Amino acid sequence: MREKLIEKILMLLAFSAIGALLLMAIFIFKEGLPIIIKVGIKDFLFSTHWAPTKDYFGIFSMIVSSLFVTTGALIIGVPLALACAITLAEFAPPRLMSILKPTIELLAGIPSVVYGFLGVVLLVPLIRDYLGGPGLSLLAASIILAIMILPTITSISIDAIQAVPYSYKEGSLALGATHWQTIRMVILKAARSGIITAVMLGMARAIGETMAVIMVAGNALKLPISPLDPVRTLTSNIALEMGYAAGDHRAALFATGIVLFVFIMIFNVSANIITKRWRRE
Amino acid sequence: MATRINPVLLQRIVKAQLWSLTGFIIGILLFIICFISIKGLPQLTPEFLTSNPVDMGRSGGIFSTILCTLYLIFVSLMIAVPLGVGAAIYLTEYTRESRVTYIIRFGTECLAGIPSIILGLFGFAFFVMALRFGWSILSGGMTMSIMLLPTIIRTSEESIKAVPYELREVSFSLGVTRWQTVTRVVLPSALPGIVTGIVLGVARCIEETAVVIFTVGSSLRLPGSFFDSGRTMAVHFYILAREGISMPNAYGTAAILILSILFINLVAYYLMRRFLKKYAIVL
Repeated sequence: MREKLIEKILMLLAFSAIGALLLMAIFIFKEGLPIIIKVGIKDFLFSTHWAPTKDYFGIFSMIVSSLFVTTGALIIGVPLALACAITLAEFAPPRLMSILKPTIELLAGIPSVVYGFLGVVLLVPLIRDYLGGPGLSLLAASIILAIMILPTITSISIDAIQAVPYSYKEGSLALGATHWQTIRMVILKAARSGIITAVMLGMARAIGETMAVIMVAGNALKLPISPLDPVRTLTSNIALEMGYAAGDHRAALFATGIVLFVFIMIFNVSANIITKRWRRE
Repeated sequence: MATRINPVLLQRIVKAQLWSLTGFIIGILLFIICFISIKGLPQLTPEFLTSNPVDMGRSGGIFSTILCTLYLIFVSLMIAVPLGVGAAIYLTEYTRESRVTYIIRFGTECLAGIPSIILGLFGFAFFVMALRFGWSILSGGMTMSIMLLPTIIRTSEESIKAVPYELREVSFSLGVTRWQTVTRVVLPSALPGIVTGIVLGVARCIEETAVVIFTVGSSLRLPGSFFDSGRTMAVHFYILAREGISMPNAYGTAAILILSILFINLVAYYLMRRFLKKYAIVL
């Protein structure tokens, strides 16, 4: 009798995470959806005119900025992360690898406000002096985000590379291929889906990051034309205006949250599906 | 023929490049830690740690923000640990792999991917406004606990799974019930692994800003109870740096943040190593 009760309680606890997720989704949709319907989904998503006090709610420039910043972070971060993963998994002696992997994971533990701060103090002046523009820019945000997603991508890619059966490598080496040829043509191909999962998760992290981006991106409300333009992402829009928003304005911020939520869900679900396929292989 | 490079030579070039890129990444990490330490450590006097911020943080110390951070950690863990460990016990000891466990795992995974700003938005609308908890450590702790759940569930699950099955068999053969086996045999053996998850949760509470600023608020008063608003170290640092209130104090706060995160990660790493070693020997 007591055992049965305990089992029921534990089952309830097990559903807590998914319960929280559902509650959150319902709540954010409930708060944000009415304004999307009121403004019209087309105008909300594809208008660049955001002036909440005058009832203009168009978030197109923020969607574009978020996607650009994320793409920029991937362009800079993925090659670095892959280089690091290949070196640690294939070239580094196991002892060194067991020290360096947690060291790189430590990068993930540094608070995002500290990254943002370092961006403002060190990176932004560099960009302003050598490349022009205000310094606070899409480029600065991409570079900071690239560093922030490095540990995620590196550590999952290392796992993917190490999961490749040793016999593949032996076969390739026995055929006379060099170690690098083996890595490039055999190991990376076999670890492909794991690496794609890693990139997807990195992408989700980059598009969702807020505090660091607010500090270095400049937060200007316009479509970015060059990487040196200041931009405002979906996340910074929410964080910047939440403090004083009310009524429709507040609802529009929740609607911005919905768009972000949908993006993240797409990234996470595709990462999940790819991982599933990878495990089956 | 001219375009073909000797593969052995090519390998040497590529290897050198890959190593230098790896060195570059490690270099960034070391640079961040050194930069913040050099600028921040001189600020860390006993007065800085034990006195309250004066004049919006322009002078004085950071005592109230340290206290607020500790309160937030306490409330978050009080909620997240029972929920997370309970969920992990259910997933590992009470069910087989099925549709239900798949859905639970999938939901947990999705929750882990939710950006903190969305959690902050939710916490603000739900706990602060709808439930009328106001900006308080309670609202913040509840929201943070949602953020910690996936990590705690995952690490607890993995460490419970790592406990050798023989231990359970022996316990069952003595006529002990499942729950007693869990509490007396499985959990004590899995403890170091579970603690690793909790320790990582503490680090998340320390470093989180977006959630905290929307749910705990940024009041500089010394929080008297869990229903009071407060300002954690990370939020304090953010406000000091963003509004340019006091750079020396900002660096000092950043140094404390980084050093505590560093320390916590080392503890987590050490615990996990010890745990893995223990069962590598038993098996």
